Amino acid sequence: MIALQKRPTPSRALSLATPLIAVLITMIAGGLLFAALGENPFEAIRTIFWDPVFGEFAFYYRPQLLVKAAPLVLIAIGLSLGFKAGIWNIGAEGQYIMGAICGAAVGLAFYPTESRLIFPLMIVAGAMGGWAWGMIPAILKTRFGTNEILVSLMLVYVAEQFLASMSLGLLRNPEGMGFPGSRNFSDYPAANSWINEAAGLHWGMAFAFIAVIFAYVLLNRHILGFNIRLTGDSPHAARFAGVNPTRLILFCLGTSGALAGLAGLFEVSGPSGQINIDFASGYGFTAIIVAFLGRLHPVGILLAALLMALTYVGGDLAQGNLGLPSAAIQVFQGMLLFFLLALDLLTNYRVVLKKRGAA
Amino acid sequence: MDLSAINPVLLIASLMVAATPLLLAAVGELIVERSGVLNLGVEGMMIIGAIAGFAISVETTSPMLGLIAAMVAGAVLSLLFAFLTQFALANQVASGLALTLFGLGLSALMGRSYVGIKPPAMAKLDLPILSDIPVLGPILFSHDPVLYFGIALTAAVYWFLKKSRAGLILRAVGESHDAAHALGYNVIRVRILAIMFGGACAGLGGAYISLIRVPQWTEGMTAGIGWIALALVVFASWKPWRVLLGAYLFGGINVLQLNLQAAGIAIPVEYLAMSPYLITILVLVIMSADKSRAPAALGRTFHASQ
Repeated sequence: MIALQKRPTPSRALSLATPLIAVLITMIAGGLLFAALGENPFEAIRTIFWDPVFGEFAFYYRPQLLVKAAPLVLIAIGLSLGFKAGIWNIGAEGQYIMGAICGAAVGLAFYPTESRLIFPLMIVAGAMGGWAWGMIPAILKTRFGTNEILVSLMLVYVAEQFLASMSLGLLRNPEGMGFPGSRNFSDYPAANSWINEAAGLHWGMAFAFIAVIFAYVLLNRHILGFNIRLTGDSPHAARFAGVNPTRLILFCLGTSGALAGLAGLFEVSGPSGQINIDFASGYGFTAIIVAFLGRLHPVGILLAALLMALTYVGGDLAQGNLGLPSAAIQVFQGMLLFFLLALDLLTNYRVVLKKRGAA
Repeated sequence: MDLSAINPVLLIASLMVAATPLLLAAVGELIVERSGVLNLGVEGMMIIGAIAGFAISVETTSPMLGLIAAMVAGAVLSLLFAFLTQFALANQVASGLALTLFGLGLSALMGRSYVGIKPPAMAKLDLPILSDIPVLGPILFSHDPVLYFGIALTAAVYWFLKKSRAGLILRAVGESHDAAHALGYNVIRVRILAIMFGGACAGLGGAYISLIRVPQWTEGMTAGIGWIALALVVFASWKPWRVLLGAYLFGGINVLQLNLQAAGIAIPVEYLAMSPYLITILVLVIMSADKSRAPAALGRTFHASQ
């Protein structure tokens, strides 16, 4: 009979190996899914995972990878801090939207002034917008004990409606012939997040790297990071050690909100270009998968975000070349999280064979 | 603005329809949470139920078969969650989220060829004399059978939890899985059954949206109702009758804001559409003061060796 034995400490080797195994199993299961949809599974997998990086048109797709990975890294780094401490912010999509709206509003307010100060101001506004949206569940949780999962998620729907209202109303392009959507930031150099558009580099990627380093230092070298890990592993021990849970909740939700807001701002002032009804594209939810796939570790998240970006870019490619439906990629990403969670068992438990009745 | 266009009788009748998917999903989740499991995948199971029910009733032209298929689909999807949390001992929050993300993707994939189709209509209750009573008729006696089923289910769940031995075992598992295990009850089996019941209810609730309330299929059409159902369980302090009350309250708010939109009130449409979510938050804040009603083992993983 198969039984589970808890390991004294989680296996380090397996904790590094499980994401890779999960990706492999997802590829196999995904291949079966694509076969069931009537595609050649090998061709589909190759189109998604190989062609964007090494294929004939890789020079076009590689920059796209960076563009997609930047917001995922920023959001997932913020989420991972909370997830480590057992604080579940799943409303990053809303914080991303609010950051984009606030940052874009500041930029549009200065149109068409040219100044070096406008973009930094937008960055501050974007971070503040996301931070404020993240602080709502944080304050409600610390003040009233409200469940942060539900509140942060409800706020996504509120933010989506607010986005619709803004793109049809206050922020609508006055010269846009009545079409919804704001002015396009690509026509406004002072408020543009691109560093080098051809290389797929915008300030979001730079900030993502800074966030990775910052999170690494915080978690490994700073008392606050230690407190976060301690709270996640054992809330009781943390309380005895004098960790203030209120401050931790405010810090984790505020930081993840601010990072999501930054991601939104860099997206709106670069790749997306304008505030519009369909601006939100689900990065806030995909980042949850990225955070888990990266083992809640900053470097792991960087790699996981690149892999997720690959499924986005490859998925687009497969959609264009093979007619694979876009939803198939969503299923693929969901499966990845499933396999990852299931395989986590092996990290924390040893599977042993026991004779029946011996226990 | 023309508020006189809002007919109070129709308003009440349609709020009962709007409340039913919420009620079904929340009653299912109530049982799940009473067994000590927090399944955040309600939204995913609902949307899978919505498309499975829609597809089967379009293919077979029988709404009844569609509803059954939706329940089966919701329960099958919930088995994934049950496997992850009960056998693989995975984190319940993460597994629930995975279920929702996966369900949303899978439903979009399954529903590609069903966009823009009208499903077969479900026959409504039509009693010769009772349905024709002026005010009470439309409110009480002329709905679809699922709506009545939802109310009956609430009563059944109340009876099950309060009066039956099996309900007592379920509550024991939810309050202290270690004690229940020590008494010789199979904690894992009880929880898996509860999770499957929750999945079937959520699936049925989803199919109610796509087959009766809307009725058509659009991607992501559950639009957060699964999440509101989760909030509703907290609102109801884990009690079945309060779930019914809460569902009607939320249904009422939703129908009212839709009516106000149609009546052309001065508040912009987007802000009215926000209101159900904002009110959910408000209600959560008010109800969160008292945590004592929550099942004590809610969200904790059970492993017999510990």
